[in-house]
Amino acid sequence: MRSLIDILDLSVEEIAALIARAEDIIANPEKYAEICRHKKLATLFFEPSTRTRLSFEAAMMELGGNVLGFSEANSSSASKGESVSDTVKVVSCYADIIAMRHPKEGAPMVASMKASIPVINAGDGGHNHPTQTLADLLTIHREKGRFSGLNIGLCGDLKFGRTVHSLINAVARYENVRFTLISPNELRLPDYVLKDTLDKNNIPYVETESLEAVMPELDILYMTRVQRERFFNEADYIRLKDSYILTPEKLIPAKPDLCVLHPLPRVNEIAVAVDDDPRACYFKQALNGKYMRMALILMLLGL
Amino acid sequence: MTVDSIKNGIVIDHIEAGKGMKIYRFLNLDRLTCPVALLKNVVSAQKGKKDIIKIDGTLDIDFGVLGYIAPGITINIIRDGKIARKVHPQLPELVKDVIRCKNPRCITSTEQELQHVFKLTDRENHVYRCLYCETKAKTED
Repeated sequence: MRSLIDILDLSVEEIAALIARAEDIIANPEKYAEICRHKKLATLFFEPSTRTRLSFEAAMMELGGNVLGFSEANSSSASKGESVSDTVKVVSCYADIIAMRHPKEGAPMVASMKASIPVINAGDGGHNHPTQTLADLLTIHREKGRFSGLNIGLCGDLKFGRTVHSLINAVARYENVRFTLISPNELRLPDYVLKDTLDKNNIPYVETESLEAVMPELDILYMTRVQRERFFNEADYIRLKDSYILTPEKLIPAKPDLCVLHPLPRVNEIAVAVDDDPRACYFKQALNGKYMRMALILMLLGL
Repeated sequence: MTVDSIKNGIVIDHIEAGKGMKIYRFLNLDRLTCPVALLKNVVSAQKGKKDIIKIDGTLDIDFGVLGYIAPGITINIIRDGKIARKVHPQLPELVKDVIRCKNPRCITSTEQELQHVFKLTDRENHVYRCLYCETKAKTED
């Protein structure tokens, strides 16, 4: 039984196939409108994540399938103390595929070991969020037409930002990629990502605290939210949350074909005025997430 | 100090000095009824000092896990007073229910009866990570 727990579960070739499928879905939506008829997606969201859940549900609906599930642990049997293992064994009786969000890291992996249907990790704590990375990859591919040769800037919370770690792992497999890591010292990329992924593969990177200094060199600027829930200390959060705010003025020296991405939701790290700039791609990115989830559901269901 | 040589049993040699008791406890050797000797701080040509465990009886040993707990040891299986087999345990790819994940956000902290599994991610530096949350195992001392 094939599941998607970590973005590295997918080979470069499989990601290329998913992107090609997503492009076909975008070009020919009617071809896919009934392909999942009588199939059911269970969205097991043990913590709320409105946009990810809606994206999965919209994806399944556009494939002609049905959706069932819950959107928080309180409305599930987890509140009665049921284990993840038991929950997914039961859900396997009712659905054809599971999308699971869980606050505990590794919960979707446990689910995939116990379920008899495919499990998609829709985010497990600060650990993995592979379908967000699929959205990022399709957006970069659609905007740039390639992954190789890009200077990818990652800005904000690089320490706790799981989307950043997954994106680095995914893109590091392409040739001639460079990373520019922009963060306050307190939120630097963890050493294990620097060593295990970047150093081990001889991938060039620079670390800087200044977004302005590197702006003209970037092909991609991936902004992230400094998330309150990842901090143990409120004072640290308040001190750091406004460190990196993207404004139209800061974009003036940037390349005309820069692609600004953000996993959303944003708080204030991208000024609303930037939304009108043609280089702002983060709402396209959310839409692309739906198409990649459609392609992924089809792949895991063997359709 | 002399300890009789054994006829049929196991000699765990080249244990880093001070780690003998840890292996003794891990293998639950206190529960055995056959003669068991734990020799500490024995003079070693290679290491200066080493520990040795001699078990005068048969015992099923998970060599892989010993490779994790005490890398560099030699296990000699003795039959009829002679070394019948010599094992140099390597670091195992997976270690099950030996290390516990310390990450409070890991699913192992709440899911009852879930095996704590660690996988070897860097053989050179002896790095193990939790199979579920990928948190690095604390170095064994």
